[in-house]
Amino acid sequence: MEQPPRKGFFTDTSICIGCKACEVACKEWNHNPRDGDLELTGMSYDNTVSLGASTWRHVAFVEQGRDAIAAARTSGRALVSLGMPSVGAPASAVPAPDVAPPDTPEFRWLMASDVCKHCTHAGCLDVCPTGALFRTEFGTVVIQPDVCNGCGTCVAGCPFGVVERRSDGTAAPTYREGHRKGEQPPVPKRGVAQKCTLCYDRLLDDETPACAKTCPTTSIKFGDHTSMVASARERVAELHAQGMTEARLYGANELDGVGGTGSVFLLLDEPEVYGLPPDPRVCTADLPTMYKRAGVAMAGMVAAAAVAFWKGR
Amino acid sequence: MVPEAEFTSYYDKPIVKAPPWGHEIPAYLFLGGIAGGSGLLAAGAQLTGRTLLRRNARLSAMAAVGLGGVALVADLGKPSRFYNMLRTFKVTSPMSVGSWILTAFAGGLTVTVGAEVDRLAGARLPLGPLRPVLRALEGPAGIEAAVFAAPLAGYTAVLLADTAVPTWNATHRDLPFVFVSSASLASAGLAMVTTPVSEAGPARVLAVLGVVGDVVAMKAMERRMDPVAAEPLHHGSAGTMLRWSERLAVAGAVGVLAGGRRRPVAVVAGLALMGASALTRFGVFEAGIHSTKDPRYVIEPQRRRLAARRAAGETGDSITTAG
Ligand code: SF4
Ligand code: SF4
Repeated sequence: MEQPPRKGFFTDTSICIGCKACEVACKEWNHNPRDGDLELTGMSYDNTVSLGASTWRHVAFVEQGRDAIAAARTSGRALVSLGMPSVGAPASAVPAPDVAPPDTPEFRWLMASDVCKHCTHAGCLDVCPTGALFRTEFGTVVIQPDVCNGCGTCVAGCPFGVVERRSDGTAAPTYREGHRKGEQPPVPKRGVAQKCTLCYDRLLDDETPACAKTCPTTSIKFGDHTSMVASARERVAELHAQGMTEARLYGANELDGVGGTGSVFLLLDEPEVYGLPPDPRVCTADLPTMYKRAGVAMAGMVAAAAVAFWKGR
Repeated sequence: MVPEAEFTSYYDKPIVKAPPWGHEIPAYLFLGGIAGGSGLLAAGAQLTGRTLLRRNARLSAMAAVGLGGVALVADLGKPSRFYNMLRTFKVTSPMSVGSWILTAFAGGLTVTVGAEVDRLAGARLPLGPLRPVLRALEGPAGIEAAVFAAPLAGYTAVLLADTAVPTWNATHRDLPFVFVSSASLASAGLAMVTTPVSEAGPARVLAVLGVVGDVVAMKAMERRMDPVAAEPLHHGSAGTMLRWSERLAVAGAVGVLAGGRRRPVAVVAGLALMGASALTRFGVFEAGIHSTKDPRYVIEPQRRRLAARRAAGETGDSITTAG
């Protein structure tokens, strides 16, 4: 059988309206149980807080004033002048910056739908001891829940804090299980690691992942990875041409610490503003060094024991 | 001091997730170290004809492996599927490599312990014609276990370091040295507790070497780490545990050197050393978990290294690009 091309997302946060339809569609399609206890967090409109075992899309909300907007524009411009790999219209062809829609100069609202990055070099997959995590024919990273024994190593291995071991999925006081009012529906796949599958089941049927399918603004785009990266580059060039130098791509560089991501993002500020790591590096990149150093240490231990028996009376 | 770094985080929420590991894991780190060190002591005693040390070290290793194995399985989300660890072998997964090391170590050790128990029982185990086979295999099995002893003591350092947990990952060059030293001093301490001083000479030497290695490696490690990633090793309960670990280790070594040939002193020093090792494991574990809770430990070191690479002219490897 022929290998299908690598699939991925391009999440263009500049046109996200924060409707959370992606979160809902994901939960419904994947039968993911409720997370937490429906508390209000006070974090703008974000009451989801983070990705997790039962939350595979998470919409972040950031409210910013004039200073933060200016800082974002400056840091974006600095990226451009670094001469980083760039395709499309060069940013020097930029007209005066103040015409930029759609925000006012005093306030803007950043909204961004986060998801598993489906890394080229995936820490979670590398460190999984059971082989439960595997690379699919679509180049995505998926967990087999019937193989996972819940050791949790992948949780520590992900530099983006995506994958998580599923516990009850709920907190008191609504811990009672059942289908009646005030009860939680039974939580499936307890005790095993869970994360976005890039709708592996839908891809097998030639369907678009639930989140991309439902996104009303096409902020979440799905397709062949190469065309996703290409449209991301086009879009960022377009925004630069409109004076929005704060626009930048995240994960589109195959030379980065995770070999580029299958889910590419267009951001309007530094990654950490959205809760993304600024310079992630797959932990196994240093594994040869670790094994070497451990080998030396082990040899040292054997030598110490030898000395002990030679000298120890 | 570290220059003030300016950054914004997402409502101070963590960026990486803490592994869902309870105190079973540091307990296993400690027990695995005892098992590995005891395996080496048992092999040395076997080769130099120290029967009491050999027997006690083998039994200690077995107890540690047994308890450690239980701790590991108990911490799984699906304990009934623990055997899936051995469903494949993956070099990229220290957890997988370690499961095989543990299995190989336990295999040889079990044979030697069978022989010891049979001897303790006055050759009354119902072994029948298998007794000579057991006796013949005992020596080679002890050596086989010894081959996997140091790996058992050291792989756990790679297991912690090969993660996105900021503090653990930042220790990746030196933690193996800390862990094998800690394993050496703890197993030597246990041997000093269980074995009369006349046969415990090698344990005393190993204890002192272990303490020297432990203190030196810990200092070197802290110096080499990103200063922000190293912070959790000094603060809070982890900091307290690691400070006491060093004190106990040094006190144990002084005890061994000053009065290790007197049994009561040897026992107290041995217990101090075991305590030191346990505190090292729990302290390093806690520090790592703590470093996942505050996004600062992810953001600051990463921004620093990114800026350093950019300053050195490497601009092509950032995850954030202008196009
Ligand atoms: S983002 Fe994390 S969970 Fe997703 S593929 Fe990468 S390492 Fe794995
Ligand atoms: S929790 Fe499951 S998927 Fe994750 S590393 Fe362990 S076995 Fe693999």
